[in-house]
Amino acid sequence: MRKPEPLIFELSQPGRGATAQHPPVAQAELPAALRRRSRLPLPEVSELQAVRHYTRLSQMNFGIDTQFYPLGSCTMKYNPRVCNSLAMLPEFLGRHPLAPASTGQGLMSCLFELQEMLRNVTGMAAVSLTPMAGAQGEFAGVAMIRAYHRARGDTARNEIIVPDAAHGTNPATASMCGMKVREIASRPDGDVDLAALEAALSPATAGIMLTNPSTLGVFERNIVEIEKQVHAAGGLLYYDGANLNAILGKVRPGDMGFDVIHMNLHKTFSTPHGGGGPGSGAVGVGPRLAPYMPVPVVAKEDGRYRWLDERDLPQSIGRLSGFMGNAGVLLRAWVYMRVLGAEGMRRVAEYSTLNANYLLARLVEAGFEAAYPGRRASHEFIITLRRQARETGASAMDFAKRLLDHGFHAPTTYFPLLVPECLLIEPTETETREELDAFVEAMAAILREAGTDVATLKGAPYTMPVRRLDDVRAARQLDVAWKPAAA
Amino acid sequence: MSQIPADLHYTKSHEWVRSLPDGSVEIGITDHAQHSLGDLVFVEVPEAGRRLAAGDACAVVESVKAASDVYSPVAGEVVAGNAELAARPELINQDPYGQGWIMRLKPAAAGVAGLLDATAYAAEVAAAG
Amino acid sequence: MPYIPHTAADVRAMLERIGVSAIEDLFDEIPQDLRVDALPGVPEAQSEMEVSRLAAELAAADGRRLNFIGAGAYEHHIPAPVWQLVTRGEIYSAYTPYQAEASQGTLQIMYEYQSMIAALTGMDVSNASLYDGASALAEACLMAVRAHRRSHAARILMPATVNPAWRRASRAITEGQGIEIEELPYDPARGVTDPQALARHAGTDVTALVVPQPNFFGQLEDADAMTRWAHGNGALVIGAVNPVALALIAPPGEWGEGGADIAVGDAQPFGVPLSSGGPYVGFMASRLEHVRQMPGRIAGRTVDADGRTGYTLTLQAREQHIRRGKATSNICTNQGLLMTAATVHLALLGPVGLERVAGACVARTAELVAALTGIDGIRCAFAGPRFHEAVLLLDRPVAPLLEALAAEGIIGGYDLSREYPELGHALLVCATETRTAADVGRYADALGRLLGRAAAA
Repeated sequence: MRKPEPLIFELSQPGRGATAQHPPVAQAELPAALRRRSRLPLPEVSELQAVRHYTRLSQMNFGIDTQFYPLGSCTMKYNPRVCNSLAMLPEFLGRHPLAPASTGQGLMSCLFELQEMLRNVTGMAAVSLTPMAGAQGEFAGVAMIRAYHRARGDTARNEIIVPDAAHGTNPATASMCGMKVREIASRPDGDVDLAALEAALSPATAGIMLTNPSTLGVFERNIVEIEKQVHAAGGLLYYDGANLNAILGKVRPGDMGFDVIHMNLHKTFSTPHGGGGPGSGAVGVGPRLAPYMPVPVVAKEDGRYRWLDERDLPQSIGRLSGFMGNAGVLLRAWVYMRVLGAEGMRRVAEYSTLNANYLLARLVEAGFEAAYPGRRASHEFIITLRRQARETGASAMDFAKRLLDHGFHAPTTYFPLLVPECLLIEPTETETREELDAFVEAMAAILREAGTDVATLKGAPYTMPVRRLDDVRAARQLDVAWKPAAA
Repeated sequence: MSQIPADLHYTKSHEWVRSLPDGSVEIGITDHAQHSLGDLVFVEVPEAGRRLAAGDACAVVESVKAASDVYSPVAGEVVAGNAELAARPELINQDPYGQGWIMRLKPAAAGVAGLLDATAYAAEVAAAG
Repeated sequence: MPYIPHTAADVRAMLERIGVSAIEDLFDEIPQDLRVDALPGVPEAQSEMEVSRLAAELAAADGRRLNFIGAGAYEHHIPAPVWQLVTRGEIYSAYTPYQAEASQGTLQIMYEYQSMIAALTGMDVSNASLYDGASALAEACLMAVRAHRRSHAARILMPATVNPAWRRASRAITEGQGIEIEELPYDPARGVTDPQALARHAGTDVTALVVPQPNFFGQLEDADAMTRWAHGNGALVIGAVNPVALALIAPPGEWGEGGADIAVGDAQPFGVPLSSGGPYVGFMASRLEHVRQMPGRIAGRTVDADGRTGYTLTLQAREQHIRRGKATSNICTNQGLLMTAATVHLALLGPVGLERVAGACVARTAELVAALTGIDGIRCAFAGPRFHEAVLLLDRPVAPLLEALAAEGIIGGYDLSREYPELGHALLVCATETRTAADVGRYADALGRLLGRAAAA
């Protein structure tokens, strides 16, 4: 176990500094009344101290570049390095977003092409790239649904239907848009309960939010029937693109009848997760919602590119960011799609599905219980440890923590909420068979340990920089910012 | 097996109600509820003077992994929220029927109509569980 | 197959283990008539070499120019270590730190970032970042409405001197919740919020007042007086601030008597390149009493099973994955990578470096204003102290001049005629520490020539 790394503030010595980074002193004239009174308690460290500190901190992380990271619904696949190096070309990096469009035709051609490629792989009528994360894409989607009904004078439609398996952002987004949430149950086989859906539909229905394949790791087989029912009731269909990786190039949300979708470019199109962002949540819309897209959107007119704004799309739900969204992330996605091409898109779905079904088959052979036996896995699947929990007391959390000691990041735990003691496992297409086999070996070893030495298992992890952390203390004795001792 | 004192009344959503001699009622969450939530880290109690209908969300209890609304079992006006809980939410874990009380309410009507007695609540918990 | 490691033998063995004969069989639950066989509109695959060539050519066509625009995104020197560290795979390719034990690096950086933002803004607590400054302001409006229990109006006073894009984003993001955002006009002489316009709202139910510092024009508002007014009228104060400026000017925590209640802004000036508009990094700090209404990730310091110091996500019961429809926001991610850049950047600059950067910004902008207003027909729109931007008034439309300057390799500023038509031919210019006296001279010469006049000395 490595030595704890002090805080950067604890390395500080008054009078020290990375002085190569300091510009020359300049005379700044500011009235005394406006000046800062307190001293600035930032750390004073040398450049090497800073470099060593953050290098050491980085070494306390698991990443895709260092470990198999089968986090369900997160699509932790290889982030090609070329995507980063091309997005960081100095011309792209140094460009001010408000510089005249005439000076950014190269960049805009990439973004326009990305819009077009995303439109085609999803089967939608138009795409806006501006949302800065999946959750903002969701927000844009529900806000467009709301704007559509209002523009038609259909103001009573204020309910969004969400399956109980849905990711927490779906209901949170609906609430943010001023909508009421109606949850509907899933059937034991993982599909939406059509009778429950029928009962939930009413003249108050604004729309339904669906993930397909669902967060239960299975394709919604009744999607055509659901589409008919919701549209017949006057509602619209929202596609949460969290699991788009599973069907890329195989079936398109637009063809399933969805009116609006968001894509997580940081999942399906392999832009980095960065320890929690930046994301990018481009939205695609059908013809009905096209007038309401968030701005700006890139347009191509007579061979030149320009940004469409509120003047071009007067019914737009508006602007969600200071400029035009996460351009640097969009460039990375553009590079990725260009390298993969149309054939590569289809392979994403094929090989992620192959890896998931293989891993599921092997884990079942090793004695684990599939939550939805008899169903094909999509690009991910759920196993439930309810039997192990009952028989040995070892929980899904214990398995997750012990996997870290075996050198694997844990799968998603305790989500979806309706499967007890679950692990949601998404291997992705970029993993080798050997890596999957090694993961199965580790799971089998933990299963044996649960039977022979559950106390050791429950104390895991042992090889990380820290052991299990006291979350209760973190919340009760809130310490979220270092303060200088004098303060 | 969780504790279910015989002298209290209960709701299906796991609140308890104690009738006090001055006609007001004391309300909290049951031992079963605190146990399934785990270590509480935050409790939001209602302000005195707030009027509540039966079934209104009136307080929030949070653990590290869950957050749950507390619903008023009866209609009435809040007399006091338990201010101790702001600093010591763990009182609910340690003493759910005593120091862990959440609010006192002056009920709009006398009586405990619609509430469960201890036997009926125990049956609810057993059935759910 | 790019990035897919499977050999033909692997595929055969894996299919056999699953018990199907072809990969296609794995898609048999998808209705046949929904399936597509081709993706017209997606180009053929290209090798890394070919795509690199294409990208380099497109980038080169855009070229590089001398930049004098700020308007919400600022060009600063970025120390070389920043992006070399940020793009280390352990940071670049990690997910949100849900498994705290395997994410101590990310979590400690979050904690250090939160500490730095709290210190800069003079507030008690900070979250681990939001998407950008515009969306952070919108979230602050939502947060203020949740936090201010005694205000029932859900009404925010928003000066017209707040960045117009931030105002638009705030409207778009808060609209669904019925929040009313009312604009406050500015004093045309000084380019700061008109105190009389504020006074007219005395006695009404105001949930929060937004105080931009410096404001969009670069002018410094009387933040003390605005804060006193707001608190005197029972409203919360949301500071929307440039974080570099806070090295020199009073931070939100020092405004008025008790300080602002919430502070937001964009930390892009800390180590994040202009990058054509994003990704940037919004920050949000507040007083401790409002922390439970704060959106976004927050890291906390705690101990592990052996009593050793460690870091973990905390107050998660606010968030969507637990609270679902009752969460403080639908936000999932922070801007981890950019937050890391900002943290490393601030560690390298330290208090002395940041103060020098801020001082150089003020000085360079003063030089720029002096040089450009030395040209006949150009004058400064507003009197009074400013930070690193200024509004200039010209005697002819700005857009054609900006195009002509761009042709000479100069990005000359931001045309205000659309957002502030009342100002006439107004141009917002900015100079940071990265502009030299020679850069300023080059701009003044070019502009003077385009206007048919020599720049005065």
